[in-house]
Amino acid sequence: MHEIAAIVRKDVRIELRSRVVITQVLPFAMIVLILFGLALDADRSTLRSFTPGLFWVTVLFASILAIQRSVSVETAASAFEALRLSGAAGWKVFVGKAVAVAAQLIAIETAMLGGVIVFYRSSVDEVVLLVTSALAATLAIAAAGSLYGVLAVGSGVRDTILPMLLLPILAPVLVAATRAFGDAMGATAVNGWSWCALLACFALLYGLVGGIAYGVVLEDA
Amino acid sequence: MTITNQSAPVSQGQPPADFSGTASPTTRWLGVAALIGVAVLLVFAFVLSEPDQRLDPDTNIVIGQFDAVRLLYVHVPVAILPYLAFSITALGGVMVLLKGSASATWWDITAAAAAEVGVLFAGLTLITGMIWGRPIWNTWWEWGDVRLMTSLMLFLVYLGYLAYRRAMPVAETRARRSAVVGIVGMINIPIVNRSVEWWENRTLHQKSTLTEMKIEDLTLLSLIIGFVVFGLIFVWLMVHRFRIGWLEHQAETVGLDAAIMQRRAQAMTGTGVDESVDHPGLTKGGDQ
Repeated sequence: MHEIAAIVRKDVRIELRSRVVITQVLPFAMIVLILFGLALDADRSTLRSFTPGLFWVTVLFASILAIQRSVSVETAASAFEALRLSGAAGWKVFVGKAVAVAAQLIAIETAMLGGVIVFYRSSVDEVVLLVTSALAATLAIAAAGSLYGVLAVGSGVRDTILPMLLLPILAPVLVAATRAFGDAMGATAVNGWSWCALLACFALLYGLVGGIAYGVVLEDA
Repeated sequence: MTITNQSAPVSQGQPPADFSGTASPTTRWLGVAALIGVAVLLVFAFVLSEPDQRLDPDTNIVIGQFDAVRLLYVHVPVAILPYLAFSITALGGVMVLLKGSASATWWDITAAAAAEVGVLFAGLTLITGMIWGRPIWNTWWEWGDVRLMTSLMLFLVYLGYLAYRRAMPVAETRARRSAVVGIVGMINIPIVNRSVEWWENRTLHQKSTLTEMKIEDLTLLSLIIGFVVFGLIFVWLMVHRFRIGWLEHQAETVGLDAAIMQRRAQAMTGTGVDESVDHPGLTKGGDQ
């Protein structure tokens, strides 16, 4: 357990020192939210009803950058080799990397939630559903992203292949998270908790698949 | 199988003298059978079978799919084959991760061949589906239709798989890692299916037409011929793509061995490296 915690601490410490996610990825996410507002002609009612979808599309874009950052800190100075030599099991490295990415994404999502409330005049009706589904979706994105992030290492076209591999896989997360947020924000009349359960299934499935496959992939990274 | 053996000389990027393509007597007959099948299918689809039209007893209006039903003899068989192809890719991936190096290569090439043919058929499924949907559903595209969205996701996921394979230069690493991508892509399909089903909770696709035998005898026969013909085309494409993949693997291996032997010879004689000599194995994958 302390190996997982050490990897999480390492990634969070790197972020606190470099502040790449906070000073680059978060502003990028806010810019995308503002661009959506401009593209939709600043129609408040349209923006409000589309908020869940726009929010999660932006999170997916931001997650690509966060995952690329998570991988690049390991490829620089052959840190992947150090991870292998540390003797930590592949699944522990996977969990550590995924939790660190999830923590950064949650920070971005929290700021973005403030953004949609201010810019789109959205409101939150069910806080518990919103927080639970955001956590489940973030874990799902972080799990799938961490696996595909390390898969893209060594391809020579890492930055362009990652979105192509990851975004189609995350399409169900986008659908489920949008629906759950739609219910939590009063934008859609659906049962948000069933969507939240689907998100939890996705997070669990990719957690398991990533835990099993990460070791195989890490050998070649 | 007429593929040249590994000891045959491979130099200057030219095929060896005894190279006779990727065909064998069996695949030639398979190809001829598929061509004859296409001709028979065309006769059944356009001449023998009737357009789908019947009188609605309640409204007294002629209803049905009319001539658009003829496209289903292509669309339905083509739509099922990507599932088979991507299952083979996933199975190949599992075998690559389980087996030793010799059979792992065979399974890797099989998985890649299946993915490529599967992407082709998934693309055809989307195109024929859209052409059929325009007159019948009055739309080219229907968001929320489970089968349509699942086909699209399959297409995109395995398009990514093929792009990934092209981006990985080292054969052994490529095999293991693309195995993971192929398996994960298949695991994702039930979730896509479930999420789209819940998303809109509707489908414009007709249900159980074939299994409940609601369709006319000649229409059913045409559809069965479609399954056989596209099944033959699928097998023919698979075999040829596999053989091309095997030859590529041979060229990589033989080309690398030839380059190493040449370097050793140069080291022994003390001469420099001739940069003008083409080494297929060394240039493979370096175009990324």
